[in-house]
Amino acid sequence: MSGLSGWVPLWPPAASAEAGTVDAIVLLLLGLSGAVLLLVLCLVAGFAIRYRRGSPAKRGALPELVQSEVEIGWTAATLLLALLLFAWAASAQLGEERTQSDALEIHVTARQWMWKAQHPNGAREINALHLPRGEPVRLLMTSEDVIHSFFVPAFRIKQDVLPGRVTQLRFHPTETGEFHLFCAEFCGTLHARMLGTVTVMEPGDYARWRAAQPEGDGLAREGAALFVSLGCAGCHGAGGGGSEVGVGATVRAPRLAGLYGRDVPLADGRVVRADEAYLRDSILQPGRDVAAGYAPLMPSFAGLLGEGEVQRLVAYLRERGEQPGEGR
Amino acid sequence: MSGITADDAMAEAPQERQGDSYLTAETGLASWLLTTDHKRVALLYAAALTAFFFIGGAAAVLIRLELFTPASDLVSAEGYNRLFTLHGLVMVWFFLVPAIPNTLGNFLLPLMIGARDLAFPRLNLFSWYLFMGAGLLLLAALLLGGVDTGWTFYTPFSTGYAHSNVLLAALAVVLVGFSSVATGVNMLATVHLLRAPGMGWFRLPLLVWSIYGTALVMVLATPVLAAALLLVVAERAFGLPIFDPRQGGDPLLFQHLFWFYSHPAVYIMILPAFGVVSEIVPCFARRRIFGYTFMVYAILMIALLGFLVWGHHMFVSGQSLYASLVFSFLSFVIAVPSAIKVFNWSFTLYRGQISFQAPMLYALGFIGLFTLGGLTGLVLASVPVNRHVTDTYYVVAHFHFIMVGGAVTALYGGLHFWWPKITGRMPPDGWARFAAVLMFFGFSFTFFPMFVMGFLGMPRRYASYPPEFQVWHVLASAGAVLLAAAYLLPMGYLAWSLVRGRRAGDDPWNATGLEWRTASPPPRDNFRVPPIVEEAAYLYHPRHEGPRHEEQEPHRDQGGGT
Repeated sequence: MSGLSGWVPLWPPAASAEAGTVDAIVLLLLGLSGAVLLLVLCLVAGFAIRYRRGSPAKRGALPELVQSEVEIGWTAATLLLALLLFAWAASAQLGEERTQSDALEIHVTARQWMWKAQHPNGAREINALHLPRGEPVRLLMTSEDVIHSFFVPAFRIKQDVLPGRVTQLRFHPTETGEFHLFCAEFCGTLHARMLGTVTVMEPGDYARWRAAQPEGDGLAREGAALFVSLGCAGCHGAGGGGSEVGVGATVRAPRLAGLYGRDVPLADGRVVRADEAYLRDSILQPGRDVAAGYAPLMPSFAGLLGEGEVQRLVAYLRERGEQPGEGR
Repeated sequence: MSGITADDAMAEAPQERQGDSYLTAETGLASWLLTTDHKRVALLYAAALTAFFFIGGAAAVLIRLELFTPASDLVSAEGYNRLFTLHGLVMVWFFLVPAIPNTLGNFLLPLMIGARDLAFPRLNLFSWYLFMGAGLLLLAALLLGGVDTGWTFYTPFSTGYAHSNVLLAALAVVLVGFSSVATGVNMLATVHLLRAPGMGWFRLPLLVWSIYGTALVMVLATPVLAAALLLVVAERAFGLPIFDPRQGGDPLLFQHLFWFYSHPAVYIMILPAFGVVSEIVPCFARRRIFGYTFMVYAILMIALLGFLVWGHHMFVSGQSLYASLVFSFLSFVIAVPSAIKVFNWSFTLYRGQISFQAPMLYALGFIGLFTLGGLTGLVLASVPVNRHVTDTYYVVAHFHFIMVGGAVTALYGGLHFWWPKITGRMPPDGWARFAAVLMFFGFSFTFFPMFVMGFLGMPRRYASYPPEFQVWHVLASAGAVLLAAAYLLPMGYLAWSLVRGRRAGDDPWNATGLEWRTASPPPRDNFRVPPIVEEAAYLYHPRHEGPRHEEQEPHRDQGGGT
């Protein structure tokens, strides 16, 4: 347990690129807070001792300087300090959002009181997550019941996991080792037992580990089967190629190939990015964001599909979407 | 110099005997339970709050005992969840929110502005009965098996998954909210309508200003809490789909509504504490409060900005990053008025004649603990760091520093300061100083380790935990023993002082406020002579001079020479 070693540590292990950013801001804030605390302490203790009752120190009116100017001075100083801190913290966060590269995508499903993960090749884990060192990771998370929160202290990251919605978490493990995974949002009786272990391995070890897992079919392959068995292909065309009326399908439905990641104009004039959340919503609440030019005919699949099935369908649509659509 | 002499006053109210205080003016149980005297209602609140403080405190003791070891051995996981929910519900709504406004505030507000009573004395009593009704409802929920949602009632857990008395508890909180609103309206009306002649807005003592700000927040924010909790009741009891995502609801909607009240609620708890400290510090430093006008605007700024920062509780909830950044910005900005207050208290000491009786020690302890609590809030306001420390013990430590290290320390300080006015007896100063110092260190030993373990990753609301956190939990639990002693000790010696304490004069601390211009304890109608105000608050020395070298400057009373 290299990540948990040490006798009474004062600082958690830092095992991700994000941890460096967070720790830098924490150190700055610690320094500044320490300075302000020391200043207040010196003022209060210094004045309290110097101006204790009956002490010989000079009293009388306040000097010119310590009138309203000093008040305006420290108001401006604290405001400036606050704004600087905000600017730094905010730009660090924005910078992190901007550097979005290709990442290893892992689907995480939370439920009372366990974590389930599925790797791109279909390998599944419960209350454990194996990751290669040095590769960006993107978790797509959803909950089957109440709100949970995915928290790995060594990575300095946390993200609530909600029912009925996909939340994302990106990070970049930089150190190998075993680290705690906690549920950080109170979720019921065994909240304190909703623990897991995140194991970061060298990429070679990770590849061997993954190869040794009993492979599932892969989310997208399973999703393709669902796409056919649920009848999606009937309107959207086999393979999600989309269809025009009269070309083998009875209803005109949007083309799904090449859709993922594109901006979709909607019937009400808005434009949305076709990401996981949009695809998911369109399966469960098709009437909400209707693509421009199509009739809102699609029935809702809410209640018919489990969380896992929706995940598989979305994974399939993504895979179809990233390949150039046929006939384009 | 009001121009009304004492002789005139006696002639106006000849029937009132000297020495007939509000405590002895009427006797019998009914004279208390049906009283409309704001001072007696304040004592009714004090009695009820003491009971709730013991209930919430007992839960805290059990929590700290359970966390002494990593395993969940003293109570079950289910039992632990009920304990921290009980602790939160009782301490937030049945102790901290009403702690200063409904006890000290109720007692002092009319006295400090020179009024005979609050604007609506019957509403005041009614508000106490609402409070008691809500309290009984909550106790019923607890006795019937407790509640396991946490004091935050997060959906969809509270509406669809919790197997406990969520409905009763939610209704209790809704009801106590009505009590809060009634008190708030009453205090707003009192400050607007019943100020003594000459008591202009900028002559008000800062405790009055801070209670005014608190009352504004109570009246504007509490209805949102009631709405949110009634929606929880509607979904849980009647299946109305609001928060349940399976029926198209949005669980985050609840968090927005809840924090729209519950963040301002933090200021409901801390603003009155600011007021108390602003009264104590000038009195024992023998100086005018530094930057009175800035202090007033800081209170109003905090009351206003407090409404605009609720989203910083939701940085990891899945809300948009841009929303988070806006809330982060505003949360940094709200640090400014808080910093103004700390610096102004510090500078009030400058060139003073400072003495260190117990109330002053509590006030100085407050400044230290509140400063640390506020500074650790900056860490929480910055989005990237918040993602690491939110929902950990770091947050637990932070808000206990503000609400317990801050508000409760100030409550104890204010209690010692105004005890002679309330009871006519002086608290024993030696014991009181000892308790004040013990409270500061007991508090720090209890809650400082929580910052460290929170940053190390220890999540909140865990009945059992990985063993590497144990050392910090043991430290916290050990500190809690000191803290418990520091909270119990004053209850002992204050009770003792009721019988054996030295009798207090009208103005034992040589303070300037109008409340010291009447007898201790005050008569039923507060003032034998209605005061007329010709001066600002805190006239501890002439405007352009300071206190002299040798001894305490004879101060001038706000109420003129009556």
